[in-house]
Amino acid sequence: MKTKKKLPALMSAKYRGRTASYGCVLAGWLILEVMMHTGNLSSLFTSLLVPVCCYIVAAIGLNLNVGVSGELNLGQACFMSVGAFTAVCLSGSLARTIPAPLPRLILSILAGALIAAIFGILIGIPVLKLEGDYLAIVTLAFGQIVKSLITNMYLGVDENGFHFSFVDNQVNMAPGGKMLLNGPMGATGTERISTFTAGVILILLALIVVYHLMYSRSGRAIMAARDNRIAAESVGIGIFKTKMLAFAVSSCLAGAAGALYGLNYSTLVPAKFDFNTSILLLVYVVLGGLGNMTGTIVATVVLVLLPELLRSMQDYRMLIYAVVLILIMLLTNNETLKTWVQKLKKRYTAKGGTAHDTES
Amino acid sequence: MTQNRKPVLEVRELGIDFGGLSAVNDFNMEVYEGEIAGLIGPNGAGKTTVFNMLTKVYQPTRGTILFDGEDTAKKTVVEMNHAGIARTFQNIRLFSGLSVLDNVRTGFHGRVVYSPVAAVLRLPSYRAKEREIEEKSRELLSIFGLEEEADNLASNLPYGAQRRLEIARALATGPKLLLLDEPAAGMNPQETEELMQMIRLVRDHFHTSILLIEHDMKLVMGICERITVLNYGMMLAQGTPEEIQSNPEVIKAYLGE
Repeated sequence: MKTKKKLPALMSAKYRGRTASYGCVLAGWLILEVMMHTGNLSSLFTSLLVPVCCYIVAAIGLNLNVGVSGELNLGQACFMSVGAFTAVCLSGSLARTIPAPLPRLILSILAGALIAAIFGILIGIPVLKLEGDYLAIVTLAFGQIVKSLITNMYLGVDENGFHFSFVDNQVNMAPGGKMLLNGPMGATGTERISTFTAGVILILLALIVVYHLMYSRSGRAIMAARDNRIAAESVGIGIFKTKMLAFAVSSCLAGAAGALYGLNYSTLVPAKFDFNTSILLLVYVVLGGLGNMTGTIVATVVLVLLPELLRSMQDYRMLIYAVVLILIMLLTNNETLKTWVQKLKKRYTAKGGTAHDTES
Repeated sequence: MTQNRKPVLEVRELGIDFGGLSAVNDFNMEVYEGEIAGLIGPNGAGKTTVFNMLTKVYQPTRGTILFDGEDTAKKTVVEMNHAGIARTFQNIRLFSGLSVLDNVRTGFHGRVVYSPVAAVLRLPSYRAKEREIEEKSRELLSIFGLEEEADNLASNLPYGAQRRLEIARALATGPKLLLLDEPAAGMNPQETEELMQMIRLVRDHFHTSILLIEHDMKLVMGICERITVLNYGMMLAQGTPEEIQSNPEVIKAYLGE
């Protein structure tokens, strides 16, 4: 009797979006694990597993910022960058102290997330005083600034501690020292400790954080500030504080994603996290649906895999990619299609529960 | 009778300039505890500007606003709400992407507080506080006859229901003074009649004072104990409905000479 009562509860309007997200991630994980163990997964796909997880986590974070909080952020990649290089440096300098990869991975991801969140708050202070297009432009600028900073950063570690410089030849290290950051060359010789399982766990954690936040006092305040600034203030919601929370959590998730990403490659260049990456993340969010986390996951998977699947078409692949993007945008904005979906939804919800779904 | 009561709101020589234009000048008024007061005046007289100054959406250029005996010169919009002033808007401002229930829940933002960390970790404090918010919100919805609509999107409500929801949301913040900006706008006579009863009920049930702007004279004369008339940003008259109705200055302002 009890289970019978619980199952419909999971399918009720309030939980449907969440159930779909968790279910989709777990199902994907199971299928891929089985395929990996039975040898049905090509090496190309296996190499894409961790990056896809990273992009999903960063896109979920961005969706909190763009979809739920309603602020167009064009600099999400810079927080990935901060998280990635923090994690790579930490993992590199801790290699001798903590030889076991798992605790080092967890510690690095936590550090990456924390530092990125701090960056998010610092950048958020000027950025969140702006609105609309101005905010977008300034986040774009900060994305470039962070990229340029890391491109010019040299960091080494030896027995005397860390050596830091913005000019190459001034990093004077004792023999046996190790370069962690090498300017435009980025980080090299990183031990690859990221795993697919870690990626899946990170996605689930990101979903839990975002959903728990959305369905709470703070989440309602974030959405209220998005829907009507003046009314939100009139019921005692501090706009800046509220937007800052969404911005910081978003950067924190991007930092964690970046950390996992950085530890998945032996070399990582700062140019990887440029404006294009920010835009790609935004494309995942917009195509998946603003505020719709399941949509974001699906869109990210499809759009990361699509160019790879189209490799055989060579020169035409980016053309097809672009056409698919445009088609999705046209179809999801088609009024007849929208009303049709709404009708289906109504018929479905008329049978069970109410017609409220904040995610759609 | 009002003389024995304590004033909740005291406005002294309030004024605001927009550029060279003085929109409101030398404005004085009080609202007493448990009173329903009215603010009327011809179009463009500055009524909504007064509301915007009382809630600090506009910072007054001159004068003082004493709320509960305290000077509010340095308070922001958010702090004014926490101090106990809630309002509705002339052009309805609901959170259109949120459900009816969530709109009211949002009103409890400053009153039932827990941290985002408690929310993410689903701590016991989160569960207890959320239950409290939900219970109180549903209670408010049922008072305003909106319990059936709880899970619908606020933007899908009919006009009259949206006005009621705005009042419910404002009351969720636990105000000592409720400012209603044209609550009967767009309502038919029967809805207006219901609204009048509801405003009285709000005053008695929630022990708040109410200050309302309204053009519907039947409503204003029917429920307001005291009325202030504003014309060209200046106070024209103040008194009971009977006094206002027979005041020649007021008649002149409304009907012309």
